[in-house]
Amino acid sequence: MSYLADVATLARKDLRLELRARDTLPAMLLFVVSTLVVFHFALPEGADEVAAQGLLWVALVFTALLGLARAWAPERESGALEGLVLAPCDRSAIWLGKAAAVFAFLSAVELVALPAFALFFGSVDAATVAGVVLASIGICAVGTLLAAMAAASRTRELVLPLLFLPLAIPLVVGGVGASVSPEPGRYLAFLALYDAIFSILCWASFEYVVSE
Amino acid sequence: MGRRGSGFLAVIGPEGALQSVVKARKLEKRYGSKRALRPVDLALERGGVLVVTGANGSGKTTLLRLVAGLAAPTRGTLEVRADRAELGYLGHEGFLYRELTAVENLDLYGRLYRVPERRERIGMLLERFGLWEARAERAGAYSRGMLQRLALCRTLLHEPALLVLDEPFTALDAEGAGLLDTQLAELRGERTIVLSTHDPERVERLATARLALA
Repeated sequence: MSYLADVATLARKDLRLELRARDTLPAMLLFVVSTLVVFHFALPEGADEVAAQGLLWVALVFTALLGLARAWAPERESGALEGLVLAPCDRSAIWLGKAAAVFAFLSAVELVALPAFALFFGSVDAATVAGVVLASIGICAVGTLLAAMAAASRTRELVLPLLFLPLAIPLVVGGVGASVSPEPGRYLAFLALYDAIFSILCWASFEYVVSE
Repeated sequence: MGRRGSGFLAVIGPEGALQSVVKARKLEKRYGSKRALRPVDLALERGGVLVVTGANGSGKTTLLRLVAGLAAPTRGTLEVRADRAELGYLGHEGFLYRELTAVENLDLYGRLYRVPERRERIGMLLERFGLWEARAERAGAYSRGMLQRLALCRTLLHEPALLVLDEPFTALDAEGAGLLDTQLAELRGERTIVLSTHDPERVERLATARLALA
């Protein structure tokens, strides 16, 4: 229970910081809506619905990347990551709390993005929504760890996309598959498997990311 | 292993102290080819106060980061008989979130350190360091000296057995420095303290051991 209490404390801290600073969420919202508007005009009249589904995933992945790039900014600016690392809580709780906060931001963005997508490109079915939820878990799990690794680098703006995008490819494959396949079940199962494996890997390896 | 007698002077606590809280032997730190800390031997008994002095770049901060567990030695051995819950570290950065108020910052760390009667402890520390009136202000609105006072509150919040203070008088005005003097005097003998400073005379009467890095 104390582990979950630490996670809740850390996640609540990030939500409070975002409510105060409003650095990340408004930018993510503006970006995803702008991207969908651009895609709406860029996609030729009568284009295949499958192509539109692909664009939804492009918009979501790059919006998530925008949020991930800011995920550790408060810690970087104040040096507070070392303060958290020194605290007697399990260090994986730092990762899990941050990932939970990033998931909350991404979910808020998706609550706007999916209706906007439906408005521009047609309806969004339950399989797509399930795919978005499962992919978001994977994005947040992997992205939060990679963002912590990149935060220590002077070239973090370059490092994070270079690390994150290759690992996000399976999520895009699973997400697009769940959106367009007549049998979305196996794609959703694939996303769930990705989430499980990478969440465990990230949970177990965060300690080494923040230790010298 | 590191070299001995390489330009540093170490005056350490009593030989054969019953239980050294911090014990280093030929402790050395390098970042690539750059040597950040020359080999150093030290032993600090429970309740002792080690004052570390030296010019800029002599390795004071590196030594304190090693003791705190924020860096790993390149060579030599270091034993610290205190776990993370018993360690209070004050570095050059206060580890404070600028968008959180003083109370919220301390509450965050108080929860993570499982500080009993957290609110009372936070209130007492803020009062002691003269920040009670500014408790609801965001840390980002604090002056440099107020931030240092708040960082000291954070460091002392969980009543650590081992205090590692890297130039704690930095940015403090006369009143703040006096408050810290009083606090350190109260803690002397009760807590083990490793403290770096450019003003050794200020803490001379507290010191039980001295280490001059060169």
